[in-house]
Amino acid sequence: MLSYAFRRLLSTIPVLWIAVTACFFVLRLAPGGPFDGERSLPPAILQNLAAHYNLDKPLIQQYFYYVGDLLRGDLGPSFSSEDFNVAQQIMIGLPYTFTLGMTAFALAIIIGVAVGCLGALYQNKMPDYVLGAMILVGVVFPNFLIAPILQLVFGIQLAWLPVGGWGDGSLKFLVLPVVVMALPHAGRISRITRGSMIEVMNQNFIRTAKAKGIGPRLTVMRHALKPAMMPVVSYLGPAASYLLTGSLVVESIFGLPGIGRYFINAALNRDYGMVLGTVIFYMVLIVFLNLIVDIAYAWLDPKVRNR
Amino acid sequence: MYHFSKKFLATAMFGALLACSAQAATINIHNGGDPQSLDPQKLSGDWENRIAGDIFEGLVTEDAKVNPIPGQAESWTISDDGLVYTFKLRDGIKWSDGKPVTAGDFVFAFQRLMDPKAAADYAYLQYTIKNAEKINKGEIADASQLGVKAIDDKTLEITLENPTPYFINALMHYTAYPLPKHVVEAKGADWVKIGTIVTNGPYKPVEWVPGSHVTTTKNDQYYGAADIKIDGAKFFVLEDQEAALKRYRAGEFDILTDFPTDQYEWMKKNLPGQAHVAPFSGLYYYVINSQKGPTADKRVRQALSMAINREVIGPQILGTGELPAYSWVPPGTANYGEPAYVSWKDEPYKQKVEEAKKLLTEAGFGPDKPLSLELKYNTNDNHKRIAVAIAAMWKPLGVNVQLVNAETKVHYDQLQRGDVQVGRAGWLADYNDPDNFLNLLMTGVPNNYGRWTNAEYDKLIRDGNANKDLKKRAELFKQAEQIALDDSAALPIYYYVSKNVVSPKISGFEDNVQDTHRTRWLSIKE
Repeated sequence: MLSYAFRRLLSTIPVLWIAVTACFFVLRLAPGGPFDGERSLPPAILQNLAAHYNLDKPLIQQYFYYVGDLLRGDLGPSFSSEDFNVAQQIMIGLPYTFTLGMTAFALAIIIGVAVGCLGALYQNKMPDYVLGAMILVGVVFPNFLIAPILQLVFGIQLAWLPVGGWGDGSLKFLVLPVVVMALPHAGRISRITRGSMIEVMNQNFIRTAKAKGIGPRLTVMRHALKPAMMPVVSYLGPAASYLLTGSLVVESIFGLPGIGRYFINAALNRDYGMVLGTVIFYMVLIVFLNLIVDIAYAWLDPKVRNR
Repeated sequence: MYHFSKKFLATAMFGALLACSAQAATINIHNGGDPQSLDPQKLSGDWENRIAGDIFEGLVTEDAKVNPIPGQAESWTISDDGLVYTFKLRDGIKWSDGKPVTAGDFVFAFQRLMDPKAAADYAYLQYTIKNAEKINKGEIADASQLGVKAIDDKTLEITLENPTPYFINALMHYTAYPLPKHVVEAKGADWVKIGTIVTNGPYKPVEWVPGSHVTTTKNDQYYGAADIKIDGAKFFVLEDQEAALKRYRAGEFDILTDFPTDQYEWMKKNLPGQAHVAPFSGLYYYVINSQKGPTADKRVRQALSMAINREVIGPQILGTGELPAYSWVPPGTANYGEPAYVSWKDEPYKQKVEEAKKLLTEAGFGPDKPLSLELKYNTNDNHKRIAVAIAAMWKPLGVNVQLVNAETKVHYDQLQRGDVQVGRAGWLADYNDPDNFLNLLMTGVPNNYGRWTNAEYDKLIRDGNANKDLKKRAELFKQAEQIALDDSAALPIYYYVSKNVVSPKISGFEDNVQDTHRTRWLSIKE
């Protein structure tokens, strides 16, 4: 298992290199540069800036500088922040993004699996319809619509929760953004769980369990849940990488620190170093999460383990 | 008795705590974006100016209405030829670590600003100082040639290239703030980190969570500290203006520095007196290519300009009452008086359209040869609405307009390369002086996107700037402005307004044309 994990990680290095290289050059093809804006700067100032960031060197030389720095673990400077370089910005934003993402992830699993199981057990009965309809709302309404509505209702009308901000990081500040982030995933998880659970409940070994006289709760908990989770787990990998890389919409509506905004804003600002930094970070995270999913698979399904 | 005293003590402590929290008056300001830096030489945006101007102070500073008042300098004299300014620093001014602020700190700051290696975006704003431009361009290597000299610790002498009537105004800009030489030299690039940075303004920064907020607290070393009523400020990052307004309504913010225009009517009804809309020294205009294509013909440019019904844009399209622009320099700009206006300003709109049609016919366009134009703007709801409206206004002239939008960087890249027929642009004044606007139409200036060029205009502006007499200077400038307007060098559309929302708890907030509101002039009722 360990050597398998190691090989998997090793095989990502060429992928990472190709992505960084492609990203580096494609980014430079985009029209407009990091110092273009509402007001154009005099040529002498532009030259000073270009020299400051090595942008006056030939592109290929800049590329080798970048890769050299990268091998030494340096993600380079960010054009949109003088005081924090790319790595510092990512490290500062990460704890916030991870706190939000992990909480949303856990909430999505709890709601999704619970609703999915109930739906399966009460298939085509009232609870199935009601919960199914509710969860559909979470899936079909985009977060930029849900978030302002929740802010209006819980922040202003009822005044139960803060409208935005991180505050002191206590739970009340997390509730709204976490719910907004978790809802669509909870919806998808519940539908996958429901489908898979229905299938599992019709399997022979469940019929055997029922025949032995085990109650319905025990049947589900001990026998059905684990095999029914297989498709859910394969969804959790991408869901986790989605949630842990942060959300531009949620961060900018709730005014939260985090790394979700960096990717989009950096691309718009032509902040080359920041775009590359976030791409590398995302890739490493996705590879790592996929690895965890594979390991979880092996744990859930002996067939995979023994292969 | 024992119980009583314990209870009493607890109550007293609680009361003291309450009193403390009531005394610590802090203000929450919605500031928009994250600052690029806390280093005043690395900034370029108004959201950065809000923080920098609270934590640093130059020789000259601004009052609540942004009139120049003595800052770190208590007085100054200007030589008869208008070239040499001698500043006397205030007694007892200190950095937030208690070290004195000296004339040497100013010399150090100006030399660093002009150092090509420091690559300060905005260094060119102080090019009026002797040798500044040459040093910044690398033509003079010796930084001590700069026209900023410390006569002694308390006396600073600044020599200019030309007499510059707005120089005192330019000194309020953040490029003219001093730097703590002792800290910058000891810590290098890290001098600006929270915990290391020392400042000389009314406040000092104590916390910065990127993506969330910057916190400042009162600087007890500041000479005016005793008169400051607000003990600290939080400048919040929040890109979403709708969300910012919600947070204001929930009491989480005390001041919004912008608001969604479509909420203005609602706010007037539901938050009476809290939305501040005031003239702002900025111009929203369309660049028009005067070098190539059909718009190289002056008649075409004038026809397009005349056919824009500016009166409807402020009230009906934007909804915040922006005033129609018929001049290049916004009215109310200092050192100027009434600006020059286009000759057809007061004609009824119908007549303007008729004349515009005639001009286009003269230029050879008509029903059988319609004029086709590309109108470029950077992606934004308001820019789009205005572009659509203006395209509709040009339609009766037989002009077919193709709207092309692009993200900001791409848009301005196209403008800079001259790849534009008609394109949106805007200008916000850096300092309160007509030169700041008129400069935009000088030959060869990077921001002259339409590449309009007129030797007489250039000469008038140069002569004006070389003239010490402010009245004479304004006259020359006005002649130049009239030339630009008569030639439709660009199409002014509206003058910007500043849009703030200010809680009734706040007093001392004065609307002004620079939209600058230093926290030291505000107070807050809890």
